[in-house]
Amino acid sequence: MYAFEIERPTTLDAAKAAIADGGQALSGGQTLIPTLKARLAMPEKLVSLHSIAELKGVSTDGEGRICIKGATVHRTVGDEAGAYPALASVAARIGDPAVRNRGTIGGSLANNDPSACYPAAALGSGATICTDRREIAADDYFKGMFTTALAEGEIVTEVKFPVPEVAAYEKFIQPASRFPLVAVFVAKFADGVRVAITGASETGVFRWAEAEKALSDNFTPEALEGLKMDPDHMIADLHGDKAYRAHLCAVMTKRAVKNAK
Amino acid sequence: MPKDSGIGASSKRREDVRFLTGSGNYTDDINIYGQLYVHFLRADVAHAKLNGVDTKDAEAMPGVVRIFTGADFEAVGSIPCGWLITDRHGDPMQEPRHPVLAHGKIRHVGEPICAVVAETREQARDAAEAIVLDYETLPAVINMKDAVKADAPKVHDELTGNLCYDWGFVEDNKGAVDEAIKGAAHVTTLELVNNRLVANPMEPRVAVGEYNRSDDMHTLHTTSQNPHVIRLLMGAFVLGIPEHKLRVVAPDVGGGFGTKIFHYQEEAFVTFAAKALNRPVKWTSTRSEAFMSDAHGRDHVTKIELALDAENNFVAVRTETYANMGAYLSTFAPSVPTWLHGTLMAGNYKTPHIYVNVKAVFTNTVPVDAYRGAGRPEATFQLERVIDMAARELGVDPVALRRQNFITEFPYATPVAVEYDTGDYTATMDKLIDIADFAGFEARRKESEAKGKLRGLGVNCYIEACGIAPSNLVGQLGARAGLYDAATVRVNATGSISVMVGAHSHGQGHETSFPQVISEMIGIPEDQIDIVHGDTSKIPFGMGTYGSRSLAVCGSAMVRAAEKVINKAKKIAAHLMEASEGDIELKDGRFSVAGTDKSVAWGDVTLAAYVPHNYPLKDIEPGLEETAFYDPANFTYPSGAYACEVELDPETGHVKVERFSAADDFGNIINPMIVSGQVHGGIAQGIGQAMLEGCVYDADGQLISASYMDYAMPRAEDVPFYTVDHSCQTPCTHNPLGVKGCGEAGAIGSPPSLVNAVLDAINSGAGKKVAHIDMPLTPSRVWAAMQ
Repeated sequence: MYAFEIERPTTLDAAKAAIADGGQALSGGQTLIPTLKARLAMPEKLVSLHSIAELKGVSTDGEGRICIKGATVHRTVGDEAGAYPALASVAARIGDPAVRNRGTIGGSLANNDPSACYPAAALGSGATICTDRREIAADDYFKGMFTTALAEGEIVTEVKFPVPEVAAYEKFIQPASRFPLVAVFVAKFADGVRVAITGASETGVFRWAEAEKALSDNFTPEALEGLKMDPDHMIADLHGDKAYRAHLCAVMTKRAVKNAK
Repeated sequence: MPKDSGIGASSKRREDVRFLTGSGNYTDDINIYGQLYVHFLRADVAHAKLNGVDTKDAEAMPGVVRIFTGADFEAVGSIPCGWLITDRHGDPMQEPRHPVLAHGKIRHVGEPICAVVAETREQARDAAEAIVLDYETLPAVINMKDAVKADAPKVHDELTGNLCYDWGFVEDNKGAVDEAIKGAAHVTTLELVNNRLVANPMEPRVAVGEYNRSDDMHTLHTTSQNPHVIRLLMGAFVLGIPEHKLRVVAPDVGGGFGTKIFHYQEEAFVTFAAKALNRPVKWTSTRSEAFMSDAHGRDHVTKIELALDAENNFVAVRTETYANMGAYLSTFAPSVPTWLHGTLMAGNYKTPHIYVNVKAVFTNTVPVDAYRGAGRPEATFQLERVIDMAARELGVDPVALRRQNFITEFPYATPVAVEYDTGDYTATMDKLIDIADFAGFEARRKESEAKGKLRGLGVNCYIEACGIAPSNLVGQLGARAGLYDAATVRVNATGSISVMVGAHSHGQGHETSFPQVISEMIGIPEDQIDIVHGDTSKIPFGMGTYGSRSLAVCGSAMVRAAEKVINKAKKIAAHLMEASEGDIELKDGRFSVAGTDKSVAWGDVTLAAYVPHNYPLKDIEPGLEETAFYDPANFTYPSGAYACEVELDPETGHVKVERFSAADDFGNIINPMIVSGQVHGGIAQGIGQAMLEGCVYDADGQLISASYMDYAMPRAEDVPFYTVDHSCQTPCTHNPLGVKGCGEAGAIGSPPSLVNAVLDAINSGAGKKVAHIDMPLTPSRVWAAMQ
């Protein structure tokens, strides 16, 4: 780790000022700290979002959406987002207890790891990502592996999840990292079904349009019979080739539909 | 009633109190006044010509004391190899120089090139980034079969190709084996990979070098399984320091699994640099460094043929194995695929004709050496897989096929040079079938099928040669050291006892189990007895802990030393009670005169030995301390039968280990709880090898599985609750405790049954039949095999 300064502001305004001054935002640090330890990044100043009370908490807004502040840790979401059980379940199954006690929703969405869990939940729910500058629809937010619509220094302050009729998150883990090898978030709303897949694609989290169409007409696993994911854009690595990941997309989607509640 | 102390009692592990309360004293806990830190700049390419190293800018960086390069070690010895293999043609193996720091050439990713010594760890690391290397990348040699081709690039320019040796065993048997296979009714052939592993002990390697000018004494604190071996190898062969000027200390060590047997460059470096700089020098491996600098394990590619007659009797086994040595020969590397592997190819079976061929190959990878089981898991895996495959081909029950071919009479001389003293393979198989509930399997299979899953049951037997090893035998086989062990039993004046043992405990529980033996012999409480280990300045000598040898070899030395102590104490007791020595009996910590009510306590006798006011000084010396060296007459041969039951999800290829049962014969047992723990840990590692762990290089020699993000270690959720039994006991016939060793059994015995179970599950389904899948059986591999 290279030497760096650290600031611990207690208000969002102070954090914004420190970041504008050249600081690098540090949320739960579950990606950034290992990166620093490996000397793969060299920020001069870190700005911790950990002590900002206004960036923490789970609530319900007037439209019935579950609203999670950006610096809320996974454990809190797992414990307090019970009104949206599939979302609580996503949070409660990320990493291990140490990760869940430090990692945050804002950090996960800002990083947009192609194998992270939260991007699937956000995209699959059609969530709204609120920042210190604007509100971004999930469909406009994820721009590919480790890439988002966020501008330099923009902070995720809150994520608002509409609550579907039923939903489920089915995760097949990579044996070493225990990140998703392929995981599918399925949500059935009154106006249609959303299917978001993480872990599988070289372009990061994505929606599976064909499955959404089939399920919007008939929300049963059988509706997916014969539907195949194109392996072309799938990730291939030590833990699974393109064909395996494409196959798992279909299997996990079926299971999510079967288990949706 | 189970005993509550002594031999056979499940005494609680006393060392766990300090381990579980953060009070252990590990090498990284050692910090010495004035200590410097070294950071090794390691190769990030696998094979290159190293033209030069420019350290000028780095030397000017803050805190830098000195930067060492390969040129500083030209006059220093090569890291030695402890075993010489003689090949099929009677020629010695090829043995390249192994420098402390790379010089002229880089031969694997992770090889240390420069050593930056600075006031702090971070300063050393900062400066290392300012070093400029001038090198030309060469094509890397990774695949073993490519490496032995005539036009392959050479890992070592001075050698004749990349073949270390081509070993045949027993060469004289080859013709008879070939004939037997030609005339056999059935031959099953299996080609397989025994996957390369990284040991991953919880504690990474650490070394602290220290030098004292006042007495010219060097001290190395290091994470070692065998401090005396390190003292011998480093002192005599690398740095030229005589033993009386070199102390090696291995304090608490957080797991070894073989990879901490070997002498490594970093140990030689810190010892050398501490004298050169006249300040202590410390190195602590990061986990990333451990992946690319700890010796790896396994990595064999094997073809095995099993020939059977018309009645399904095994008539011959023939194998050809390519064994990866990596870029250099690590301490015991050449012995692993040969004497620890070829000698076990009879397994538990009376196969009359066996021939083993092993080609050891240099590649641009980290050196490969012993890893829990070392050669014996590789032998067991291929044999127990090919037997299962033969059973499937012949349509016979795999258990029945094994039983039919079991060795049943002992001693039994195998066609591969070893003689099993005892064993009862039918008894362990019977026990296994009982504890694994074979009878209930079909019902469990139906339950799985009702859930859309496949269920499989796999079995295997194993035999291992432990208690390594008779010195005269291993000397003939190429070992450059004796493999006896030593112990000193020091009785203190008031009767408590310190036992200095050459075995090192890094998870095995010696501090608990060894005192149980002494307590049993003398009849004093276990807490009156302490074990001292891991310091060449405190213990007489020792060859360390590996090959499941601690109790069988060092424990035997301890028994011999204790017998000497007891014999002397009886003389003192006889004097105190004015009786004849021959009438003295020792029981429950008291000496008594047979047939009388006269007795004296253990403590009265020990006090007399040190305060000899009333003492037979004319006949015996004061004091009560004895040393014994013990050299075993034979290996010990633990054996057993294992069963694994898996549930497989055919849609994803995911395998869940539902049940795992082990019936072992370890001979006599000192502490059943510790033995169970050893088996549990070994099985977890075996499940790791079979399902999860795979060390993978790409064609350029980059280590792809270089962190826990890609190298999968077994976790609690990956393993079931085990059913283990060690009630089948055929005591070893040639050591005083009748013990055989249990440390490696779990890792040796578990991978084949798991793979056999997965194949049983797949082939029980309606889909494609599958003959073999190479480990690790990851979901993607299993699924792909089923398509």
